[in-house]
Amino acid sequence: MKVPAQLWFGAALSSAFVVAALVSLVWTPYPVDELSIDQRMRLPGDGYVLGTDQFGRDMLSMLMVGARTSIAVAIVAVGIGMAFGVPLGLLAAANRGKPVDEIVMRTNDLVFAFPSLVIAILITAVFGPSAFNAILAIGIFNIPVFARVTRGGALSLWTLDFVLSARVAGKSRLRISLEHILANITNLLIVQGTIQFSLGILAEAGLSYVGLGAQPPTPSWGRMLAESQTLVSLAPHIAAFPGLAIVLTVLGLNLMGDGLRDILDPRLRSTR
Amino acid sequence: MIGYAFFRLVSLCASLAAASIVIFGVIEVIPGDPAAFMLGVSATDDAVAALRAELGLEGGVTARYFSWVGGMLVGDFGTSYTYRVPVSELVLARLQVSLPLTLYALALSTAVAIPVGLAAAARRGGTADYGIMAATQLGIAVPNFWFAMLLVLVFSIGLGWFGAGGFPGWEAGFWTGVKALTLPAVALALPQASILARIMRSSLLEVLGQDYMRTARAKGLSGRQAVVSHGLRNALIPVMTILGLQFSFLLAGAIIIENVFFLPGLGRLIFQGIIQRDLIVVESVVMLLVFAVIMVTYLVDLTYAAIDPRLRRSI
Repeated sequence: MKVPAQLWFGAALSSAFVVAALVSLVWTPYPVDELSIDQRMRLPGDGYVLGTDQFGRDMLSMLMVGARTSIAVAIVAVGIGMAFGVPLGLLAAANRGKPVDEIVMRTNDLVFAFPSLVIAILITAVFGPSAFNAILAIGIFNIPVFARVTRGGALSLWTLDFVLSARVAGKSRLRISLEHILANITNLLIVQGTIQFSLGILAEAGLSYVGLGAQPPTPSWGRMLAESQTLVSLAPHIAAFPGLAIVLTVLGLNLMGDGLRDILDPRLRSTR
Repeated sequence: MIGYAFFRLVSLCASLAAASIVIFGVIEVIPGDPAAFMLGVSATDDAVAALRAELGLEGGVTARYFSWVGGMLVGDFGTSYTYRVPVSELVLARLQVSLPLTLYALALSTAVAIPVGLAAAARRGGTADYGIMAATQLGIAVPNFWFAMLLVLVFSIGLGWFGAGGFPGWEAGFWTGVKALTLPAVALALPQASILARIMRSSLLEVLGQDYMRTARAKGLSGRQAVVSHGLRNALIPVMTILGLQFSFLLAGAIIIENVFFLPGLGRLIFQGIIQRDLIVVESVVMLLVFAVIMVTYLVDLTYAAIDPRLRRSI
């Protein structure tokens, strides 16, 4: 099987940020919690690869730790979406047309009416802003996405002969869902997971930008952009690098998602 | 069609009722006493009681819920605790910025995406197609608030063509208002236009491969005529769905973009509401946003059924 170039490129791009995030756990070029006002707004080069911000913190170190925040929030949010959405989708598909299917799908529609930013606003208005609340908001938004994809994939499988033989063999709906259906929609879930992961990175950046996500002193790409906004004409590099980091990570994940879909679902290849 | 519209209307009302219960539950029930929450820990019992009376927060949860919903049905959204004016007045004033901004962005993204998607599909596999696909891939990955900052840097600070933010109000003239909303609308439209162009391209490619398109060509229509009279209508069905879905993303995006450009819209109102713990404002604006999303989904479903009669039977 030929692996498309965009998959390689996307995987390399997103892996670079995952590696940066992991390395930041043990090492960063400079400490991110140390302010040195005499070094502020230094241009890239001369000891600081990507320059320094308005407080004299090393931009590269901030971006590495920021990658950790973004990736952690997006991964946990995808996890929440899968953990609740996949069982709900399987349940709905196994009971197609019955009240339980109807209840799951209508609840799905209801959650869909709340964009993740609106969920975040609701949670923050009562509990205050935090990275945890951002995870919760994006995670809740992911639940109906995974439920819908799972149900869609599972419904088409329920009509196939191998599922029919499993039913004739006396297997329960639960066992068929777990042993046969889930195994056959894994590809679908991997592709959707990659897409939701990249959307999660964008959503986290947006929430942090408006102050509803990670709070100081935790570095986050969105908040770095918010803090750089008034300085954009004085030191454009402070605003350029966090933005580029978001673009490249999301681009990498999207290319990876597209490449994976081409391999895992060849029917789509002709039109895309 | 009327039966379908009625069935969808009933489910629309049910969704709105359920959404209102969720919002009311989160804002007014979870914090315990909303009046005490708004005043903070240092408030005296008398002050809390007075605020409770002023905002109509007395009585049981059920009674309060029905009075909130009943009020909204006649346009009474309660009184803002910080501004001391009816929330409906605040919302109406802010909508004059947020609604035109969202519609402007929607119009821009559609106006750009449909011809671009068509052009890419017409030159499938060519350099222009690859160029357009690469550009849209990038457009999807760019966070709109960062793109907004870049636009300010280039077009406001660099070239001086537009103001860097603020809104003079529609009283200052229609074109002045439009000009102030142009950069925010462009920033808001970029990711949506990129997604829409890709959908348009793949949808048209799928339609072009259909038998009825070959028949249209066989009876003597030119490629262009066949696409215009038979292809477009069918290719637009998925585009319509995405447009409807995008409305909620645009609304949410507008809340963020308003912050970049210091526009006095619903987004600013809601964030000030959060900071000042003005729960009544947050509750009403969130309900309004959700109402808009549910309403647009309903309208898209109806349009969808009007374009493709087969869908009416699937209820």
